[in-house]
Amino acid sequence: MTEPHDAPSAAELVAAVREFLEGDVMEATDGRVRFHARVAANALSMVERELALGPGQRADHAAALASLGVADEAELAAAIRSGRLDDRLAEVTAVVRATVRAKLEVANPSYVRGA
Amino acid sequence: MGAEELATALTPLLAAHFGDERLRIDAPRRLSGGASRETWSFDAVLAGGGLVPLVFRREIARGVEPFRQSDEGALLRAAAKAGVPVPAVVLDGELAGRPFLVMARVAGETIPRRILRDDGFAGARAELAAQCGAALAAIHTIPLDAVPALTREDPLPFWRAMLDGLGRPHPAFELAFTWLGARQPASVGDRTTVVHGDFRNGNLIVGPEGLRAVIDWELAHLGDPMEDLGWLCVKAWRFGAPSPVGGFGSREQLFDAYAAAAGTDVDPGVVHWWEVVGTLKWGIMCIAQATTHLSGATRSVELAAIGRRVCENEWDLLDLMGAR
Repeated sequence: MTEPHDAPSAAELVAAVREFLEGDVMEATDGRVRFHARVAANALSMVERELALGPGQRADHAAALASLGVADEAELAAAIRSGRLDDRLAEVTAVVRATVRAKLEVANPSYVRGA
Repeated sequence: MGAEELATALTPLLAAHFGDERLRIDAPRRLSGGASRETWSFDAVLAGGGLVPLVFRREIARGVEPFRQSDEGALLRAAAKAGVPVPAVVLDGELAGRPFLVMARVAGETIPRRILRDDGFAGARAELAAQCGAALAAIHTIPLDAVPALTREDPLPFWRAMLDGLGRPHPAFELAFTWLGARQPASVGDRTTVVHGDFRNGNLIVGPEGLRAVIDWELAHLGDPMEDLGWLCVKAWRFGAPSPVGGFGSREQLFDAYAAAAGTDVDPGVVHWWEVVGTLKWGIMCIAQATTHLSGATRSVELAAIGRRVCENEWDLLDLMGAR
């Protein structure tokens, strides 16, 4: 589904670079560079998860915001601050919770699973 | 600044300080690439062959810190006098218009994961929470007139302004500001003390027997002493370990030791309020660190990745507020 591009896909290229960092680079380095190689590999894991989950999350997020009558995160933040949604606090909290969970599913899934 | 420049600048100052014209600087090693400070480890070698292990820190640029490093020397001296374990200040002043500090290099471990997992620190872990309680009680006795540069910080307006300045609104943080504003303890404001501001696992030098020194005082300010206890309990400083205080101890150990040393009971509800403030504050600081990368001020994969840790704090906030 990546036409006109050839294989590997964007996700597969990212995975290849991540494996290179986790393998050759981390084995050949130590201290600060090794630590940063680990951080970089972890960042690429996030990219892989975002490529897989992002489109579905974007649709869910847009629908949740629409249910509260706001267009984006900034507008929701402003509405909470102004008190405009105070009478719908439970609903607002549920939307915020679902959004944060979606972000963690990409950034650090083990955090959601009670780590 | 390079190693040679460091030696050129410091050798005459240290020679005068130690009264040793033949003093030389050996084994300089840059410790961190912080955005607002540089830190070096080195040894002063005396004419008789004696070695004095030292640390040099200098401000590079103004960060979010509420006071300048030139005040840190005064603060460290006052802390030592109050009985807080801190590195001894050797020299402080300005180099090329930038405040610097030379202090004794305290041997020990600062890396949280090692402190929390290595067998050699098992004894330290059993004692650390209580030792932190006693050290915090000592910090909170520092006379305010010994540190005139410190200013009082009203936490909610301070962090709201910081978040707004970053220009990245977060609904979970707005829920937290609302929650905190409605529940600010009446006692906050009753007692004003020196607050370390960053007393946590990572800013403690630890040996097998426990706490050796409290470092990184650049976020110190005046405020409610319970702020320090709440910050030490923030989940990020547990580094994945289960114990609530820095990953190494229990709230009871911390509160009991603090109460015994300070002679005042700790109200866990007030500390909880400050833990929520601390979690919000670390979330905002994660945005700030990612912004340091994105703005080009300091390009770093580590700072970039921290931007994606904001949501961990949002999750913890919802948990702490009882919303999930």
